[in-house]
Amino acid sequence: MDTQTIKKESLVESVKERISGSEAVIKCLLAEGVDIIYGYPGGAIMPVYDELYKYQEQIHHVLTRHEQGATHAAQGYARISGKVGVAISTSGPGATNLITGIADAQIDSTPLVCITGQVGSHLLGSDAFQETDIVGISTPVTKWNHQITKASEIPEVFAKAFYIAQSGRPGPVLIDITKNAQFEEFDFEYNKCEAIRSYNPVPETNPDTIDKAATIINEAKKPMIVWGQGVILGQAEEELKAVIERTGIPSAWTILGASAIPTSHPLNVGMVGMHGNYAPNLLTNQCDVLIAIGMRFDDRVTGDLKTYAKQATIIHFEIDPAEVDKNVKTDVAVLGDAKKSLSMLLPKLAKNQHPDWHQQFRDLYKVEYEKVIEDDLYPKQDGLTMGEVMKEINLQTKGNAAIVSDVGQHQMIACRYSEFNETRSNITSGGLGTMGFALPAAIGAKMASPEREVIAIIGDGGYQMTIQELGTIFQTKVPVKIVVLNNDFLGMVRQWQQLFFDKRYASTEMVNPDFVGIAKGYFIEAQRVSKRAELSGAVEEMIQHDGPYFLEVCVEKEDNVFPMIPSGASVSDIRLS
Amino acid sequence: MEQQKQLFTVSIYTENNVGLLNRISAIFQKRHINIESINTSISEIEGVSRFSLVVDVTEEQIRKIIGQIEKQVEVIKAFYHTDEETIYQESCLFKIKSDLLFEERSIQNIIKESNARIVTVNREFFVLEKSGRKHEIELLYRELKPFGIMQFVRSGRISVTKDEMKITKLLEAFNA
Repeated sequence: MDTQTIKKESLVESVKERISGSEAVIKCLLAEGVDIIYGYPGGAIMPVYDELYKYQEQIHHVLTRHEQGATHAAQGYARISGKVGVAISTSGPGATNLITGIADAQIDSTPLVCITGQVGSHLLGSDAFQETDIVGISTPVTKWNHQITKASEIPEVFAKAFYIAQSGRPGPVLIDITKNAQFEEFDFEYNKCEAIRSYNPVPETNPDTIDKAATIINEAKKPMIVWGQGVILGQAEEELKAVIERTGIPSAWTILGASAIPTSHPLNVGMVGMHGNYAPNLLTNQCDVLIAIGMRFDDRVTGDLKTYAKQATIIHFEIDPAEVDKNVKTDVAVLGDAKKSLSMLLPKLAKNQHPDWHQQFRDLYKVEYEKVIEDDLYPKQDGLTMGEVMKEINLQTKGNAAIVSDVGQHQMIACRYSEFNETRSNITSGGLGTMGFALPAAIGAKMASPEREVIAIIGDGGYQMTIQELGTIFQTKVPVKIVVLNNDFLGMVRQWQQLFFDKRYASTEMVNPDFVGIAKGYFIEAQRVSKRAELSGAVEEMIQHDGPYFLEVCVEKEDNVFPMIPSGASVSDIRLS
Repeated sequence: MEQQKQLFTVSIYTENNVGLLNRISAIFQKRHINIESINTSISEIEGVSRFSLVVDVTEEQIRKIIGQIEKQVEVIKAFYHTDEETIYQESCLFKIKSDLLFEERSIQNIIKESNARIVTVNREFFVLEKSGRKHEIELLYRELKPFGIMQFVRSGRISVTKDEMKITKLLEAFNA
């Protein structure tokens, strides 16, 4: 591997010291600025845990109650902070339990370094106790992975891992370390990785593509921007805002792009996609220029590709060349870092306002408000809606909370109605749709940003997939606020069954336990509300409470989320009921 | 517009690391694409490996697959080419009973006409090697089959492109 990594002269003269592989692991983490890691000990990783014990003043290890929780917590940490999240587990089942979180991080481009213990190298391939081929298993869901069998490999592999995880389009990497490599002693020296010859994380922005894009944008009569998480990952929020404000272009976001521009910004026209807003979805098929920035034309955004924005000239700002023309054929692809590309673009853009075009968005918003939003936020029905819970949370947090949502109806409602003032405030499992994500992710998010209000919004189904992490919350006292929107159903699946499977509710009704009793069993303050009159007071009590808090809101059982683009339908076929 | 499937030879220049074959084959597996043949070897560049794969897909598919392959951290560069753009060969070995060589005159003629080469002969068997296009090897196989083939093996396709591969300069620039 020596030939592959290019080392630049370290500014600080490093001194070699003879230490064990496991101590080297800790020193690598410290050199990369890691202060919190999430994990679960076990046989094959015990030497590293022994060192963690010695270094506990410098690295805080959070014992989750399941390895899946460790990866999701590391994801929450990474998503809110932009730093690399670190998860650690033993071999075998400990390692395989990481996979869901790793797959989630891969599809949502979240920087993670996952460390797994492995049986001694002399036992590899012998079906030893807790041996599993985690490198083989994790290959399709990691940006990079590597098995270390000798202690001397540790510094270089860790340096590469941290570099790969956070450079270019971020993603998860996995390092598997055999037990003998953890025990072995060697002369430790750490140099950060700055380049790998076979890896070009950020393509250089071609000024010609910027010129072409600028000309098209300046001539457009009905342009529309759709931005995605690339803007957040590339820290290009200010540049995007400047572009939007200069050009006056109506701008929509994908679910993972939420919060990059404040919800209240007058040019923010809402969410695109299956349960996105009416106007940006419908007008995708009426705009003359579609400017996609740091998004990947996911099928949940585009619906049927054959009828997606066919009339529009498409400009795609993208860091990953493999995403260009993958789903939607672009007319101009601007490869490169979003921050850099947008700042090159800005001076070439003409000032504009597009008043008539904006009026079309406002008219359609009015239709959506009357048919959907009003009933969601100011319901006439007796039962509580998920929307009014979100409205209450917005009101009481003044839009300053980070919302960590799980997967399902509540997630769509949370993303549709949350008001965000600050970037990196919407943490949700987008690409993989991992139920069980939110509770552990909220733990990681709160630990990374203790100064922020972190509220997990979870359904009764997803909550029970990682409910054991209440134990982590109890042990660490991390003051996350947990809201379960309980409709006693797997609501999104039930909605599909109602609409597309003639109301055959196959295995979607949940007989639920006493959630408040469970929270109290973990000594977490808890309350259940089911009446409108109780909602505001309960949310207030939750937010005012100094410590973790669990709030169960019993909502209407059979409410649906609209608008909705049925799976495989055109964005033009978006339904309001 | 539906594109026609055709054979493409994929050439991938990579670092020589454990697990990379798995990473590359997973890209095909994820898309339910069968790999017709695969070969790995050293390349013209010291320390750089070369994968040669043959797949039967549309050009649209192969273009996207190349993007996914190049995205892998340890892949230096990947290319795809049609049969017309490459010079390609496969190689095969036949193990056949030695007495046939002396008793069946027609076998000698087949060997001669096919430009196959006898690698070794001993009392029990002889080994015949043939390099060429897949159809030439298949023809030889059909001709020898009636006499009894003790063992047969064919390699994956190896190929070079008619045009220059721009990989060497790319690496030189990087190492400079």
